[in-house]
Amino acid sequence: MTAMIELANAEKTFTMHLQGGVELPVVRGVSFHADPGECVVLSGPSGAGKSSILKMIFGNYRCDSGRIGIRHHGNIVDLATAEPRQVLSIRRSTIGYVSQFLRAVPRVATIDVVAEPLIVNGVAREEARERAGGLLRRLNIPERLWTLPPSTFSGGEQQRVNIARGFISDLPILLLDEPTASLDAANRAVVVELIAEKKTKGVAMVAIVHDDEIRHLIADRIVDVTSFAAAA
Amino acid sequence: MSELSSLDNDQPLLVAEGLAKNYGRLAACRDVSFALYPGEVLAIVGESGSGKSTLLQLLSAQLAPSAGHVAYRMRDGVLRDLAELGEAERRFLFRTDWGFVHQDPAQGLRMGVSAGANVGERLMAVGWNHYGRIRDTASTWLERVEIDVGRIDDAPKTYSGGMRQRLQIARNLVTEPRLVFMDEPTGGLDVSVQARLLDLMRNLVSELGLAAIVVTHDLAVARLLSHRVMVMKGGRVIETGLTDQVLDDPREPYTQLLVSSILPP
Repeated sequence: MTAMIELANAEKTFTMHLQGGVELPVVRGVSFHADPGECVVLSGPSGAGKSSILKMIFGNYRCDSGRIGIRHHGNIVDLATAEPRQVLSIRRSTIGYVSQFLRAVPRVATIDVVAEPLIVNGVAREEARERAGGLLRRLNIPERLWTLPPSTFSGGEQQRVNIARGFISDLPILLLDEPTASLDAANRAVVVELIAEKKTKGVAMVAIVHDDEIRHLIADRIVDVTSFAAAA
Repeated sequence: MSELSSLDNDQPLLVAEGLAKNYGRLAACRDVSFALYPGEVLAIVGESGSGKSTLLQLLSAQLAPSAGHVAYRMRDGVLRDLAELGEAERRFLFRTDWGFVHQDPAQGLRMGVSAGANVGERLMAVGWNHYGRIRDTASTWLERVEIDVGRIDDAPKTYSGGMRQRLQIARNLVTEPRLVFMDEPTGGLDVSVQARLLDLMRNLVSELGLAAIVVTHDLAVARLLSHRVMVMKGGRVIETGLTDQVLDDPREPYTQLLVSSILPP
């Protein structure tokens, strides 16, 4: 098997103890894979569990049963049972996650927010900043904003900073949660280009996109999440 | 590949096994076991009386456990039981290899002597004796914690709360410890001052590759600073895991209560 990601019967239920222990089944029997250079798009209506599946692959949500195999440094690691520090190592050098919203760190300049994933992997600060600038320019963030923290930016600008931060690294797996949601047509086109470039570099991607046109442009395969619906 | 192998071979820095502390019939802390690795930041969260401060004192050898033990990997690579260390080794830990940041800076600083002396004192305790070098190093550290070097000769009693806390951090880090204990480090500070201090601590911890154990009741502090979190209640660890996992997908009723009690920003 050469898959970068392989899920087998992954399952997730929330137990809401503050609401009298109500059980909220989210997904069950989640099984699909993503190969290098492939973009798998999850489809299904809101609430079907698409974001939850991405969060499970990132280790942000726990997986109650089943397997989430991740190829990490040439070995398959089951993220569903991995130790916290193993998950951290996987996030540092294998899986990147572009969420819808930027969780801004106070006081850090935009250019450094974008450069950080390279710096933690040992790239020299100057080179990391140069590459960060290149991406910010492509995503049409004006240079005069680069030294400011992104917390004051508009929603679309913050999302582009987030995209730059997600795409800057050379990680072999990328998870994309609506990367084009609040972007205009020109910037959407840039994101489509960035995704195509990642494919040629052999990056495996799992994405959520609501825009049919974008989905058509980036998807190599579509996985229908409604088949994993756990709700009765 | 090198990273994975270093991860596999990586030896824990501190290991707690079956730690307990009883005060008469009150069990302040029971059956706590975990391992902390170099460069890892662990947050211990819980409300007042949950046993988190007692645990911190047990881990930092300020309190003897009623049961269980704590082992620490000394710089020679050997894991040693803290209870069996000699006086010289204990002193080495407290003065050099460990830092302890108190909630109240007055507990960790000498309030009447200059800021420079507060930082320099830790260096002199480990044998530095060249006045110029000590002062240069102290100045560098004041800059790193964003204190105007022009204030180096002023005593911390003339400093604001946020400056005192930053000075306490400089005093602790100047000897390049491998492990820092922090007890509610942002506890008594204004919110705006807290954000700056957290940002500073986050950068220092990652630049220096420090391991840290941070006791806090503030989940935002845990989220910003720590890799891993342990949730305590009634002296027990009731939930543990990656910080974002425990905070975004809390499992235990008490953890869900804590997380749901955070006011939206």
